[in-house]
Amino acid sequence: MTLPIYLDYASTTPVDPVVADKMMDCLTTSGKFGNPASRSHVFGWEAESAVEDARADVANIMGADPREIVWTSGATEANNLAIKGCAHFNVRRGKHIVTSRIEHKAVLDTCRQLEREGFELTYLDPDANGLIQPEMVSEALRGDTTVVSIMHVNNELGTRNDIASIGKVCRDRKIFFHVDAAQSAGKTPIDVEEMNVDMMSFSAHKLYGPKGIGALYVRRKPRVRIEAQIHGGGHERGMRSGTLPTHQIVGMGEAFRLGREMLESETDRITRLRHRLWAGVSDMEEVYLNGSAQQSVPGIINISFAFVEGESLIMALRDLAVSSGSACTSASLEPSYVLRALGLNDEMAHSSIRFSIGRYTTKEQIDDTIAKVRRAVEKLRELSPLWDMFKDGIDLNQVEWSAH
Amino acid sequence: MAYSDKVIDHYENPRNVGKLDDTSKFVGTGMVGAPACGDVMRLQIQVDSDGVIEDAKFKTYGCGSAIASSSLLTEWVKGKNINDAEQIKNTEIAQELALPPVKIHCSVLAEDAIKAAVRDVRDKQGI
Repeated sequence: MTLPIYLDYASTTPVDPVVADKMMDCLTTSGKFGNPASRSHVFGWEAESAVEDARADVANIMGADPREIVWTSGATEANNLAIKGCAHFNVRRGKHIVTSRIEHKAVLDTCRQLEREGFELTYLDPDANGLIQPEMVSEALRGDTTVVSIMHVNNELGTRNDIASIGKVCRDRKIFFHVDAAQSAGKTPIDVEEMNVDMMSFSAHKLYGPKGIGALYVRRKPRVRIEAQIHGGGHERGMRSGTLPTHQIVGMGEAFRLGREMLESETDRITRLRHRLWAGVSDMEEVYLNGSAQQSVPGIINISFAFVEGESLIMALRDLAVSSGSACTSASLEPSYVLRALGLNDEMAHSSIRFSIGRYTTKEQIDDTIAKVRRAVEKLRELSPLWDMFKDGIDLNQVEWSAH
Repeated sequence: MAYSDKVIDHYENPRNVGKLDDTSKFVGTGMVGAPACGDVMRLQIQVDSDGVIEDAKFKTYGCGSAIASSSLLTEWVKGKNINDAEQIKNTEIAQELALPPVKIHCSVLAEDAIKAAVRDVRDKQGI
């Protein structure tokens, strides 16, 4: 088996070879290299037609009209454009925005910037299962709330919010609803009509497309207006200027077409792999699943291994490409803010690992992963004084530690 | 995070992992750090009647550098008199293991651990 085993699909995915082939066809003289905005010759027309086909493929995954799709450089830019663009456009209506503590940094940092500009933010805490409930949103709304931004699927936990119910709350109050769907496209069904979504952010590289391209869905009926954040040329109906990168867009279109086609079969296959992984490690003592097991996508599974320190666990698992619950490159060990928001203490947050399973994960890889994880956890617990104390029946919360 | 070969060696093959009988008056225990900070070290030494360290054991909850620092320390203190053992400086550990600046605190913790263990054995023997 080739090592390391890639189990970080929530971070990024390899480009599907079918997608790469289509992209290659938009680069050189023998391909569609023209500027899609060139109206006066066939090179431009060909590129434009490829871009519009891709737009339809992306729109299809969410039941939207292709005219509601705006190309961006990725989900980060789409989140910036949606939240800042909508908040700025509607600033006369109010300056209050509602979001959650477990959003991706692309949403949280955008909201921080709006706070610096004088907007008021409400950050909702998730419940113990990592979910934002519609009632929480409803209770946070005020007369001057203009935008609500809640993610569909959480990138660390895989938990899936009830977007349709939150969407209804917002629509009833005529408040614009933005959803970061970077982790959900191709992983769970999306329907912008049923879900009452006004704006939705997407990324290609989370679904076997290229990095550097994404899209923002902006509803036409009832019309959602946003202020552009990048100016120059008036591309994308004035919402996002800049020459369209044909190869990137074509790649995203093909990736989303495949993603939609494979949604059901992949969900089944990945669900089986997830259950296999969980069954393989959960019979060890003091192993916990973080986030709802029911309301989640199968591809992301976040597990805490108590009494094992996260960085040494990652070191022991260096044949596995996985993500840790702590950012340990910084001088101060920072536990994941998502896990903290769930109510996990620092130790549990530090000792958690996110495994994300994808299109190229095999049963053999999962079996190998289980063996490696078990070996690492057993070894590190053997080394851990905390495990000793736990085994001796000592309550670690009652111990007076010499903090340093 | 790139680890030095010595850190990896100690991490892969930690020396002197284990537990000594804490009820013995010849055994000193130093437990330092806190789970919330990401590292806890337990260093134990067993001394003879002259104060020479006959055996040393450790268990560490922490990153690879913390495990390596405590493993190395157990090697160093064996055979030393407690008066010499408590003179070991964190900088010597950090240098031996080529710890990067963000991991210096691991060596500080190891120094704290041996000092605490020596203090404990002295208290027990009333010296």
